[in-house]
Amino acid sequence: MTTQTQDPAAPDPTALRDVVALPLDHQQATLDQAHRHGVVPEASRAERRTSFDPADFPVPTGREEEWRFTPTAPLAPLFADGTGRVEGHDITVAVVAPPGVDVERVGHDDPRLGTAGAPGDRAAAVAWASADEATVVTVKASAASATTVTVRGTGTAPSAAHLLVRAAPGASGTVVVDHTGTATLAETVEIVAEPGSHLTVVSLQTWDEATVHAANHRIALADDAVVKHVVVTLGGSVVRVAPDARFTGPGGGLTMLGLYYADTGQHLEHRLFVDHAVPQCRSRVTYKGALQGEGAHSVWVGDVLIRAAAEGTDTYEQNRNLLLTDGARADSVPNLEIETGLIEGAGHASATGRFDDEQLFYLRSRGIPETEARRLVVRGFFAELLAEIGVPEVEARLLAHIEAELATSLGRSATGPEPTS
Amino acid sequence: MSTLEIRDLHVSVETKEGTKQILRGVDLTVASGETHAIMGPNGSGKSTLAYSLAGHPKYQVTGGSVTLDGADVLAMTVDERARAGLFLAMQYPVEVPGVSVSNFLRTAKTAVDGQAPPLRTWVKDVKAAMAQLRMDAEFAERSVNEGFSGGEKKRHEILQMELLRPSFAILDETDSGLDVDALRVVSDGINRAREATGAGLLLITHYTRILRYVRPDYVHVFVAGRLAEEGGPELADRLEEEGYDRFEQVPA
Repeated sequence: MTTQTQDPAAPDPTALRDVVALPLDHQQATLDQAHRHGVVPEASRAERRTSFDPADFPVPTGREEEWRFTPTAPLAPLFADGTGRVEGHDITVAVVAPPGVDVERVGHDDPRLGTAGAPGDRAAAVAWASADEATVVTVKASAASATTVTVRGTGTAPSAAHLLVRAAPGASGTVVVDHTGTATLAETVEIVAEPGSHLTVVSLQTWDEATVHAANHRIALADDAVVKHVVVTLGGSVVRVAPDARFTGPGGGLTMLGLYYADTGQHLEHRLFVDHAVPQCRSRVTYKGALQGEGAHSVWVGDVLIRAAAEGTDTYEQNRNLLLTDGARADSVPNLEIETGLIEGAGHASATGRFDDEQLFYLRSRGIPETEARRLVVRGFFAELLAEIGVPEVEARLLAHIEAELATSLGRSATGPEPTS
Repeated sequence: MSTLEIRDLHVSVETKEGTKQILRGVDLTVASGETHAIMGPNGSGKSTLAYSLAGHPKYQVTGGSVTLDGADVLAMTVDERARAGLFLAMQYPVEVPGVSVSNFLRTAKTAVDGQAPPLRTWVKDVKAAMAQLRMDAEFAERSVNEGFSGGEKKRHEILQMELLRPSFAILDETDSGLDVDALRVVSDGINRAREATGAGLLLITHYTRILRYVRPDYVHVFVAGRLAEEGGPELADRLEEEGYDRFEQVPA
């Protein structure tokens, strides 16, 4: 496994920061104990604090490792300095579920809550501490169609929401969580996959442009559970989604897919942690993003920890970014910590590239106008990922979104009128 | 009947060492149905000529003109040139991940013709052209040039030439990297396209090998950025025997 970095034709140093390119071959697993790669945090991910109590996390200043890429000022309302609670109620949650899926609204003392793990940062702890109720979606059998959870923002008062998605042993189903409207939201999404279950959870962030959103997805996979976790972030002003996944029994399989499209002034951040704590589990992480416009900023941090007990682990994570215009910035940081050499494989790749002018030339030399050529290349960039999501209703919406984003970008970058013939 | 006229073409590129003049006054007239072989040693500027005609932004035209039936080719964008009837089969075709060959071909055909091809005949045409180039049907679903072998890339270039039906095609070292069987298949494709469309061809090559399969009407020797000698097919035979030495010894 090697880290690949596409060499952008003429990199603008201000637009390409922290493009990580590390020679790496974990297939030859002659590894030291506690071997680390990437932009190494000051401490192992294993030692990172988790807690249900907001007081255990100081209010972030932006200088901390886990906040250093994030604009903390707009998120400050969700840090709830002092009380550790947000009190707004500008969020509605509606669920449409097929037969075989139970939907409940429960008090926050329900014993099923908090079982997927503890919050990993201040905003996540505030989300936990502030939610008085939670929505619980339980996939009991094999649901034929997708469950849709619509989380709708109705105003900018700092609010909290808590969703638990469970798959019973052996059950299979798909849950789509759709975030729309305007909100200032601290959110907990817990995903618990019982033994042998197959669960797909798609979280769509299609917020209106003023939205500020910090989410912590905590995923627990029991023996032989298979989870596909998909994050799609297109809307919002500042959106930070932090999925933390851990295997609690052997034989689990986790696929994490992400797609984002950052436009002018948008900050879209995805911060993943995959905790291989038990043997014989497999994880695959693929996040892809396109960026366009002044101040468009994406952050992808992928932490993978293979603990000493996690023999037979097979993991690979990758992030790809496509910078469509000047003035956009993509930060991409894969981290892999390996505490045992007895693994199947471990690798990562990160690449951030500008629009490839040679691709554009090739397509245009076949008569394809520039706008159409750009559209083909961007669609092509996302094509494989879209196909892998495998939820048809989501795919169609995403295609429409990407087309709309492209129309903006092409309108801006077109250098002259396109011939009509 | 069309004419592609290149007059006193001067082209330079920017390098780390500064501006480098590569073409130093190329004169060439190609009429429909004619095949012109352009031969020359490595570094003589053959590929620069090909990419300059197609409009690659790396190459700066510093003098001269290129016209297609009187229309100023140099004033056209890259895609306008293709829609005007020029085609460049590239030596190193570019990979476009996620864009299938079938989607690419249909998009290009639509762009070149100004309208979408009739679906039924189009699918049949593509299949037939692929079969003749001995390309497996699954090719249509692969991403453009991604993971293609050298030979597959060249077949794919000629496939496009057959389907897009240009009035002038520039074939930049299409023969390089092909074994003898692949060379024959690709040459047959070039001949088919030439016969079907009456296109004029600029066949850029280092070796005479391909000229046994695609017979040229004219052979030009390209040295140090300009055409040094012109002749009939017999010139190619002479180059085969003598090489390019006698041209290179002449001070440019």
